[in-house]
Amino acid sequence: MAELLLELLSEEIPARMQTRAADDLKRLVCDGLKGAGIGFEQARAFATPRRLTLVIDGIPASRDDVSEEKRGPRVGAPDQAVQGFLKGAGLASLDQAEKRDTGKGEFWFAVVTKKGGPTADALPGVIDAAMKALPWPKSMKWGSSTMQWVRPLQSIVALFDGKVLKGEVSPGGQMAPIVFGATTRGHRFLSKGAFEVANFADYVAKLRSAHVILDAAERKAIILDGARKLCSDVQVTLNEDEGLLEEVAGLTEWPVPMLGAIDAQFMDVPPEVLIVSMKVHLRFFTTSGTDGKLANRFVVVANNVAGDGGKTIVAGNERVLRGRLADAKFFWDQDRKSTLESRIPGLKQIVFHAKLGTQAERVERIVKLAGEIAKAIGADAADVEQAARLCKADLVTGMVGEFPELQGIMGRYYALGEKLPASVADALGDHYAPAGPNDRCPTAPVSIAVALADKLDALTSFWSIGEKPTGSRDPFALRRAALGVIRIVVENRLRLPLRPFLKADDLLSFFAERLKVQMREKGVRHDVVDAVVSLGGEDDLVRLLARVEALQAFLGTEAGKNLLTAYGRAANIVRAEEKKDKGLAAKIAGAPDAALLEQAEEKSVASALDEVARNVKPALAAEDFAGAMAAFAGLRGPIDALFDKVTVNVTDRPEIRLNRLKLLNQIRATMDTVADFSKIEG
Amino acid sequence: MSDPSPARAKPTCFQELILTLQEYWARQGCLILQPFDMEMGAGTFHTATTLRALGPKPWYAAYVQPSRRPGDGRYGENPMRLQHYYQFQAILKPSPPDILERYLGSLEAIGIDTSLHDIRFVEDDWESPTLGAWGLGWEVWCDGMEITQFTYFQQVGGIEVDLVAGEITYGLERLAMYLFDKKSVYELPYNRADSDVPLTYGDVFLQNEREQSAYNFEHADTEMLFRHFADAEKECGRLIEKKLPLPAYEQCIKASHSFNLLDARGVISVAERQSYILRVRDLAKACCEAWLATQKKPAPSTAEGAA
Repeated sequence: MAELLLELLSEEIPARMQTRAADDLKRLVCDGLKGAGIGFEQARAFATPRRLTLVIDGIPASRDDVSEEKRGPRVGAPDQAVQGFLKGAGLASLDQAEKRDTGKGEFWFAVVTKKGGPTADALPGVIDAAMKALPWPKSMKWGSSTMQWVRPLQSIVALFDGKVLKGEVSPGGQMAPIVFGATTRGHRFLSKGAFEVANFADYVAKLRSAHVILDAAERKAIILDGARKLCSDVQVTLNEDEGLLEEVAGLTEWPVPMLGAIDAQFMDVPPEVLIVSMKVHLRFFTTSGTDGKLANRFVVVANNVAGDGGKTIVAGNERVLRGRLADAKFFWDQDRKSTLESRIPGLKQIVFHAKLGTQAERVERIVKLAGEIAKAIGADAADVEQAARLCKADLVTGMVGEFPELQGIMGRYYALGEKLPASVADALGDHYAPAGPNDRCPTAPVSIAVALADKLDALTSFWSIGEKPTGSRDPFALRRAALGVIRIVVENRLRLPLRPFLKADDLLSFFAERLKVQMREKGVRHDVVDAVVSLGGEDDLVRLLARVEALQAFLGTEAGKNLLTAYGRAANIVRAEEKKDKGLAAKIAGAPDAALLEQAEEKSVASALDEVARNVKPALAAEDFAGAMAAFAGLRGPIDALFDKVTVNVTDRPEIRLNRLKLLNQIRATMDTVADFSKIEG
Repeated sequence: MSDPSPARAKPTCFQELILTLQEYWARQGCLILQPFDMEMGAGTFHTATTLRALGPKPWYAAYVQPSRRPGDGRYGENPMRLQHYYQFQAILKPSPPDILERYLGSLEAIGIDTSLHDIRFVEDDWESPTLGAWGLGWEVWCDGMEITQFTYFQQVGGIEVDLVAGEITYGLERLAMYLFDKKSVYELPYNRADSDVPLTYGDVFLQNEREQSAYNFEHADTEMLFRHFADAEKECGRLIEKKLPLPAYEQCIKASHSFNLLDARGVISVAERQSYILRVRDLAKACCEAWLATQKKPAPSTAEGAA
């Protein structure tokens, strides 16, 4: 058993692509091995900013010959079929095949032998194919290459059982082939020259002495431990951030966390502004003080062990931060000289969408919509009006111009500075929420009204110009907007029928689809949601979900399961008959004729159905869905007896047959008043 | 690489930074060109990059290009923003395998000791909508400060390149502020402190920033500029038909600058903006195609081979 070590060294790979690329490389090489009939025990993949590395253990040094039998066409089959068979089996003519009688006639057979031999002979082909198939999100040519890679590829280590595999990759054009070898390079600044490696253990050790930590998990641990230590030394807490940690581990081969300080003059700028500058623009970790507020320290992770202990690096980073924050402070001071109200005319200059006019026009629509919602949910009309009117005003402030991700947040700060009501200020800050599935939903009435109006306006407006999401295309994030509406309504248990706000029927079904997706993610059975949604017409989401919950609970009971079986039998018989007779559906609509009910079992089902219908109606009206479901429990006995004793399709008396089908259909119709049981899967 | 001129000492002022970079890239085999004599938004617009990036001929060049961004004018009041600034551009086509090492050598040459600093290559893909050009590369950070844009050109004028050019763009003022530790661009020493007449960047350019900002934002005659745009667009098309890509491309540059001025004057609506960008791109594409037609080696005569 032997080890395969593969390293693809290149110029700096974007951090966001590294992990995925390493996994893809592993998958592709492993699939290639399986395809070539080569076994292995374990494969591990690693990535740093400059290399993808794969090590696979437990590969046998050689493969046995494998023979495989292929059945071809019938003897005497057309030439085309014969040629296809020969080509597939790699034979020159039928002389190399044999005839065999299978008992169902004579067929051609070929025995194909896959030559075994040293594994080392097969590996270069597997590596080459994997490299060609590796799906980089974006790739490029370099020099005169015709080959594409994420950035210029520099060298390849390919060792099997400690020996260099014979192979190369040709970038194409005038470029020299990259020949498989045993040498690699260490850290770009902390190591000089190339060095040879013997196997994976040797490789990892030599990389480490050349200042490269191969494993991203170890780099992350070094960053996290180091950053925590630096923070605790100055009594602050590191604001941990998995996404940022992942990215920084992808920007460094030898991470060195360092502590820097924010200039005191910037500490009265809103923390969100400082955080955007630090985290998003400079990839710093922020810290908090004992009071939980943003502290004046940050952690920057360098990719270098500097001769001066990092003084220059920290000073440089502090200076860059100072430059950015000076801009931010300038905007903060400037912006507060004008009121939000005075900025509203500026919205006429910002086009929202070519066909939907300016932000000023959009705000007018939001004001109107928010007013209607406020009435329906009982929010303060004056506050809602003011918040809706001001909700986009911060788009024309200097700060949001420079830091677009602070929209809404800055509106809130400026409103608080102007001493506007807190509920209005909060609504400005909250009205874009929820921004994603993990973002919190607004809960204050004024915020809810403006947040709903913002999203409903976007949905109806884009719908009106035919900009509906299709497939993966959703440039205006309308799915997210619909999901936002759903979450705000459901989480606040708002009794707000949506139809009056949606204008278009297919927009209501778009909501239904979103709701299904959301419920599925919450673990609700999709068929149960489907059974309720497909009743149609329900635009009160809270009521709809109550029905879903009751149905799910009912189906969990013994009575529910049995009734579902009975429903299925009734529906199947009706459906089978409907298939034979196209006009049947019309003939069996409505209640069965009591005079034609002959057997006791029929009569008892009919009266049970009447009883159920009588009980279900008031229960539904009272939104007592559990009660409505419970009413069905009494149906089960009579229906079981019906199926035991009554023949539906009596051949000699068509009027009796029709009446019995009516009865079955009535079972279906009655149950369908609560949910479309045909959607429920077993 | 056989150039015997000794590496100069660390630069101490703006002009020495330029001289150092020129000497360094000359030693790497680059032609040292002079700025293109027209107003343009970035060094990439220079024919030495846009046009030379296309076609099968190798090309190494470096040059300083004054870059005009009318909308970035701040009347000389913002310490870091200018409507006229300098880019230093090196273009190596085809990109040599050691291009990053060569680039890092240029940092050492201008006095950035890579053993004291944290140099990082952060993903940054470049795209110029007006030139129909894009490439992949990085922003190069030095202690968190972006000091260079590094791009491997993949397409120019909507045309896929034959040979990939590595393009290295240094924002000279920003780099100088970093090297010489100045908070304002206007405080940068332009020449050496021990010169007979030591001057700052502000001595040379502050008045220009004030006046040009006033022109860009207040006084540029928009009717005239709209006319200039239309004239340049028409002339460009006419010259393409005459198979004169170089003069045609100059008209494209003119149209682009007129558009930038009109944009700074705020007379182009958001909706129109996109259509102007597309019009300039169409010109750039046509120029690039016409230029490329002059660059292709004649097809080998197959008649002889067959005989």
